[in-house]
Amino acid sequence: MDWALFSSSFWPIVRGGLTGTIPLALASFAIGLVLALGIALMRLSTHPVVSWLGRAYVSLIRGTPLLVQLFVVFYGMPSIGIVINPWPSAIIAFSLNVGGYAAEVIRAAILSVPTGQWEAAYTIGMPRVTTLRRIVLPQAARVSVPPLSNTFISLVKDTSLASLILVTEAFREAQNIAAFSNEFMLLYLEAALVYWLICTVLSFGQTRIERRLERYV
Amino acid sequence: MSEALLAARGIRKSFGEHEVLRGVDLDVRRGQVIALIGPSGSGKTTLLRSLNGLETPSAGTLELDGGPSLDFARPVPKAQRFALRDRSAMVFQHHNLFPHLTVLQNVVEGPVQVRRVPRAEAEARALGLLERVGLADKRDAYPRQLSGGQQQRVGIVRALALGPDLLLFDEPTSALDPELVGEVLTVMKELADEGWTMVVVTHELSFARAVANEVLFLDGGVVLERGAPRDLFTDPQQERTRQFLHRILNPLD
Repeated sequence: MDWALFSSSFWPIVRGGLTGTIPLALASFAIGLVLALGIALMRLSTHPVVSWLGRAYVSLIRGTPLLVQLFVVFYGMPSIGIVINPWPSAIIAFSLNVGGYAAEVIRAAILSVPTGQWEAAYTIGMPRVTTLRRIVLPQAARVSVPPLSNTFISLVKDTSLASLILVTEAFREAQNIAAFSNEFMLLYLEAALVYWLICTVLSFGQTRIERRLERYV
Repeated sequence: MSEALLAARGIRKSFGEHEVLRGVDLDVRRGQVIALIGPSGSGKTTLLRSLNGLETPSAGTLELDGGPSLDFARPVPKAQRFALRDRSAMVFQHHNLFPHLTVLQNVVEGPVQVRRVPRAEAEARALGLLERVGLADKRDAYPRQLSGGQQQRVGIVRALALGPDLLLFDEPTSALDPELVGEVLTVMKELADEGWTMVVVTHELSFARAVANEVLFLDGGVVLERGAPRDLFTDPQQERTRQFLHRILNPLD
């Protein structure tokens, strides 16, 4: 094993993670969550058209490969005159994707809050939006941390696909070094190691958030 | 007797094919305590929930002194439903406290978030009420850290904090361990003595007997019999009422 190459390439890959993978994942997850909440509420709407639109969105996102979604945004949109740079393209595609998956998580979490909570809020005079914000979502948040952590960890790894639309992140750094050094096995295993390290740190974070939210249950 | 607070006429409610309420009249005067009793499925809880809009009757009218006045034959506008709700407060069978909020936060949530009472003022009032039910020292506890009886007393305080004209109780002691029932009924009796207007769905006949001014026996979606507790309990006029009372008082027969 070429330890010199391993150590000299380690930092560029980690840097790709810090400046590419992680910001990309964080931005997409943040936007995706907002989108997901909207879609979840649409799905829960009693208005048939609104709820159908929400369902159609989830079906479309979950029924098509993420790589295809990414290519449609980056390579497809220019054909209809919309050119989007690699970074925004990646954030758009990943956000839309997270929006679809996380919507189902959030919907289930909202449904897991007992009806009695809605009723109690109603009897103290709360409008539905306030009930959702002050009573239901805080309780749903607790339930959705484990599955949303899953979604986030998947997203972190999925961002490696962005290397295919020219975004410089951890995997693309590894690919570049592999291309000129010809040490494919070493570099790809090294990239795998960096992803694994990132995800391990995230799992610790998940445990901490769960503990924090656990104090009242 | 004192002035009328609420008048319900011909309240009907169906869930699909099933008609749960088949024309119920109810009058509540200020300061009165009314107990709704009857077998399960008799419609007493549905009637109670119709009084604050948790259920929307399929027919009938509901009038509160000072408004609103609702006619369920037509779709009820949201504003009217909210106006109805804002006149009352409810204590639930399973307390339905907000588990992610402390006792104090549970109590001030309505006044602060909905009525826009300044937080300091709402908290001072809430602490006074908690003091009265003996739970001031639990202000920072979460509901799950309390016993069933304590949870239900907080539920009562949460309702009181809104300063409603009408207090609704939906089987407030049915989910409690027997030895915890007393502490909740004691608080309710004190409220009655203070002059709160209360409608109580209950199986606690001794409570109804001691505290209520009027008892309504519901069966099959109608009020089969109504009267002063002394009359209704000692000399029921209807065979169904007699059977029901007998079964509750002598469960082994």
